[in-house]
Amino acid sequence: MFNASLKQLSLQLAEKKISSTELTTEFLNRIKALNPEYNAFITVNEEISLAQAQAADKILASGQAGQLTGIPIAQKDIFCTKGWLTTCGSKMLSNFVSPYDAGVIERFNQAGAVNIGKTNMDEFAMGSSNETSFYGLVKNPWDVTAVPGGSSGGAACAVAARLAPAATGTDTGGSIRQPAALCGISGIKPTYGLVSRYGMIAFASSLDQGGPMAKSAEDLALLLNVMVGFDPRDSTSLQRDTEDYARDLQKPLTGLRIGLPKEYFAKGMSKDVESAIEKALDEYRKLGAETVEGSRPNAPLAIPVYYVLAPAEASSNLSRFDGVRYGHRAKSYSDLADMYRKSRAEGFGAEVKRRILIGTYVLSHGYYDAYYIKAQKLRRLIAQDFAEAYKQCDIIMGPTTPTVAFNLGEKKAVIQSRCIYRTFIPARLI
Amino acid sequence: MTLSVSDVKRIADLAYIEIDEDQAKETLNQLSGIFNLIETMQAVDTSTVEPMSHAQSVAQRLRDDEVTETDQRELYQSIAPQVEAGLYLVPQVIE
Repeated sequence: MFNASLKQLSLQLAEKKISSTELTTEFLNRIKALNPEYNAFITVNEEISLAQAQAADKILASGQAGQLTGIPIAQKDIFCTKGWLTTCGSKMLSNFVSPYDAGVIERFNQAGAVNIGKTNMDEFAMGSSNETSFYGLVKNPWDVTAVPGGSSGGAACAVAARLAPAATGTDTGGSIRQPAALCGISGIKPTYGLVSRYGMIAFASSLDQGGPMAKSAEDLALLLNVMVGFDPRDSTSLQRDTEDYARDLQKPLTGLRIGLPKEYFAKGMSKDVESAIEKALDEYRKLGAETVEGSRPNAPLAIPVYYVLAPAEASSNLSRFDGVRYGHRAKSYSDLADMYRKSRAEGFGAEVKRRILIGTYVLSHGYYDAYYIKAQKLRRLIAQDFAEAYKQCDIIMGPTTPTVAFNLGEKKAVIQSRCIYRTFIPARLI
Repeated sequence: MTLSVSDVKRIADLAYIEIDEDQAKETLNQLSGIFNLIETMQAVDTSTVEPMSHAQSVAQRLRDDEVTETDQRELYQSIAPQVEAGLYLVPQVIE
């Protein structure tokens, strides 16, 4: 059952072979047994989860069920969830019980899904190894000495360790795709604007996008069918006709043109990753796809551009955490400004502070044009690269990460990250 | 680009984050590395390029000017650090 696909679980629920309450209890028990080792969840609330499962059983009995009704889903702790502690992996929000639901949470609730718990993550989604969480690091279930990736490391671990059938994540600079790759699961960063950002705690607003993490492309499609939709409360939400993301799952690959930009296969890629990619390409060619070599000359610019845009937007977004209306407030302070300074110094971890400082600098007087506007212009050049590439191909393929999961404590901040970020940042910027 | 410890302290001041001398020095090293990376952007000529802020070309949506939020003050204040008589309390600002 733990390895069952969402479709199989849905069928078992519909045929009354198992109830949502039983299914939820099984996963809660598994979390209880294994989470102390992996630390994939920050909050588990059996009472709420089981109440949702019982409600789902009633819907199932009435014959009104949808495809995800009664299925437990792990929610990243970045999504505000009414009545649940919602920490974003930070001490700053360690006492924040959300008074409202994020758009994504509402959509899962409407679908009758069960929230099985809130997953661990890098603090405010800033990291790629899940080592910056205030709630401790997350381990990779395939090798507990290795990182699960980040920032949606708890979500990736939970799915890989079968602590939940599927999970949500968010991606700003690779935070769904990289942990999915390092934990051997599937993940997709949807087109910006498809998934509501309402109630999704903001990191870099022009890049942040929620998306599903699961065991297969089919599961991702079913999750997207629930997650995607216009939300008037998100000013960048796209108004599009509803589409069924599962519609092409059986479509043959005949004639599909797979673009292979040479910049994605540059030096630094490990042999095992390289051979896995080659094997996959051989398989796709056998299935009728053709490969098209190409170039995306501006791809290397994505890294400096990201290092300007993301911290700049983060410094603005995180200015709301001031200890006034919610979140951490320092115990002693001399005046209002001192209260802000001490609350923020105590509430934020080192990585978050570093990014706020970078962002504050690049947005400060005299540097806005030189850095932020410059980066936005380069972002357009990168987007034009993609538009150009898509004239020759239908999809672009490359390694999500150049290596398999590295060991806990071994992330050599900038150099390694630059290598890690090579493939997925460019896609993030368009 | 060269940053100094006093630059870092000024930035921390702007960001309302308390930082001591040792932290400022450590932060200086980390920031310098990242700024060297950022500097590589300057080599590209972008004089004819429009800045891009949204991944899709969409116009800002407008809505009718009507009340949409309901009064949930008590709920919102139940998680506040310090409230009194429906107000959020902060240290005195005006003498």
